Amino acid sequence: MKRPDKLKETILSFLPSILAIVVGLLFGFVILLISNPGQALGGVSTIITGAFRDMRSIGRVMYFATPIVLTGLSVGFAFKTGLFNIGTPGQFIVGAFGAVLIGIKFPQLGSVHWIVALLVSIVFGALWALLPGILKAFANVHEVISSIMMNYIGMYLVNYLVQYNIYDRLRNQSMPVAKSAIIPRMGLDKIFPKSNVNAGFFVAILAVIVIYIILNKTTFGYELKAVGFNRHASKYAGINERRSIVLSMVIAGALAGLGGGLLHLAGTGKYIEVVDVLAAEGFTGIPVALLGMSNPIGILFSGLFIGFLTVGGDYLQLYDYVPEVIDIIVASIIYFSAFALIIRDVIQRRRLRLGGEKEQ
Amino acid sequence: MSTVFFVMRQALTYSIPLLIVALGGMFSERSGVVNIALEGIMVFGAFTSILFINSVQDTMSGQLLLLLALLIAGLSGILISLLHAYASINMKANQVISGTAINMLTPAVAIYVARMLQNVQQINFNNTFRIPKVSVLGDIPGLGDVLFKDAYITTYLGILILIVSTIVLYRTRFGLRLRACGEHPHAADSVGINVYKIRYAGVMISGFLAGIGGLIFVIPTSTNFNATVAGYGFLALAVLIFGQWKPMRILYASLFFGLMKAIASTYSSIPFLLNLGIPSNFFKMVPFVATLIVLAFTSKKSQGPKAAGIPYDKSLR
Repeated sequence: MKRPDKLKETILSFLPSILAIVVGLLFGFVILLISNPGQALGGVSTIITGAFRDMRSIGRVMYFATPIVLTGLSVGFAFKTGLFNIGTPGQFIVGAFGAVLIGIKFPQLGSVHWIVALLVSIVFGALWALLPGILKAFANVHEVISSIMMNYIGMYLVNYLVQYNIYDRLRNQSMPVAKSAIIPRMGLDKIFPKSNVNAGFFVAILAVIVIYIILNKTTFGYELKAVGFNRHASKYAGINERRSIVLSMVIAGALAGLGGGLLHLAGTGKYIEVVDVLAAEGFTGIPVALLGMSNPIGILFSGLFIGFLTVGGDYLQLYDYVPEVIDIIVASIIYFSAFALIIRDVIQRRRLRLGGEKEQ
Repeated sequence: MSTVFFVMRQALTYSIPLLIVALGGMFSERSGVVNIALEGIMVFGAFTSILFINSVQDTMSGQLLLLLALLIAGLSGILISLLHAYASINMKANQVISGTAINMLTPAVAIYVARMLQNVQQINFNNTFRIPKVSVLGDIPGLGDVLFKDAYITTYLGILILIVSTIVLYRTRFGLRLRACGEHPHAADSVGINVYKIRYAGVMISGFLAGIGGLIFVIPTSTNFNATVAGYGFLALAVLIFGQWKPMRILYASLFFGLMKAIASTYSSIPFLLNLGIPSNFFKMVPFVATLIVLAFTSKKSQGPKAAGIPYDKSLR
């Protein structure tokens, strides 16, 4: 009897997100209608069905989702432990630099080359989050402000390091990595021909599972969550709260760094460009985490969903629309998902009332 | 000597938008609503006002146009901040979520509308707003060189906003109520203060100030608007925390940051710094590294408004 109840609870907890998606899409439809009425119906159906047009499009969804699932996990994991990791752009690009550096400088590693490069991206991302963690735990520096500073420091540092180590002067970007550093396709190119999807997607799923287990099945994860919930009570209960804060940040940074590695070792012509712009994939992690309600499994799906909208939005240009309408739709979905609390309240009150009537 | 004045003028150019936007954030957060949407509101204010300048600049120019544009920027900032206020006050939403949504929404709207109207996302404008020299005042040695040459009226506006903000926050009934709602809304409610109204006011003031801050940031630094304010809203958030949610400290924090930023961007015209032979990327890091160092030593007792980020629920009183 317990199991179906639990399943029902899970479905109910995602109901607000689903409602938000529906409302967001309707809102997008209205915008299309205002800007070009004749094409709006075709436009909105392209957004929804574009990603299912062929196997290649499905592969592209998975390719787009891979890095943002990782940055989403990073933000979501930090949220679960009471921290707001707005430092994902910095951790992402520093991780990417670590992966690309190994990818260019150590071709003698052979078949494990890409794995080593990814591990280095994890370490680099973790290191970039270490300082905000330490500052939060020991000097009471708000992690939001220190992470914002670390974003810019990371961006300029990577620009410098790329220019002095692995610079393609002509294109103002990093040099291409060795063939052995490119993440293998593992047959995915056969299933999804001509798309860029690669084994990085499996790595993302693995990360989702690992984080799920840490958060929900281990004492360690329980302690991290407890500190996030109430730092002082946790300390009183014998948890080393400073250590927990630092570790939470470091794990969040490691995830974002891995995201950077996965994107830049995909062998898809993605290089580190030397420009003064923060990595967009980092900030995208915030909406992905929010839409997935900071739940690792939810984040996997919300990452796929945003990838799905992105691919659909690409086809929108066939209809003379500007693809930025996708960002507007995603933003309104996020906005409406913020109403989750109220919606859940309404549902619960309804159920209580219905339950009460039954008992009578 | 003229280099020193030049650097200080640059510092002001960087500091003023930070000051104004951070003061805006202060009103929102001290009323109890965390506002990470500052970046998005800045983008929206800059977008509408520069679109306005772009469409009327053939018939108008100079300070009157700038004032009108500032008004439009502020009003559109209020408009977009109402989204945030409604979500976080009426709907008791997670304030980070609604702020993030606005940060995503406004650049997308700016690009979308600009491309639908004129096919490219950059909106150009003619900068007719710079004052080469204020008469009489510009002749004061030192002070005149910094404040009254190559100036914008927005600098004086920023100073005015600082003074007014300080008075409003500490010397008016509204300010006291605002602070009460950010510290202990239940207590405020129990003496008859309408927490929802006060919080709406706080968020709307932050919308107004962030909106004009967006325009003030774009005008001296560029000749077109490209749907971005280069992370200045997030920096203003940092300045707000750095400034301990207090007006005068916010001023110091933004001046400090602006000066560091000015040194980073003008080092090549300062022979002493140029001769050090340090790569430009390291100079660009200076403002951020310096802020981190200062924070590490000054944050031990830092504490924001107690009730910031927590939706007010009357039934919990």
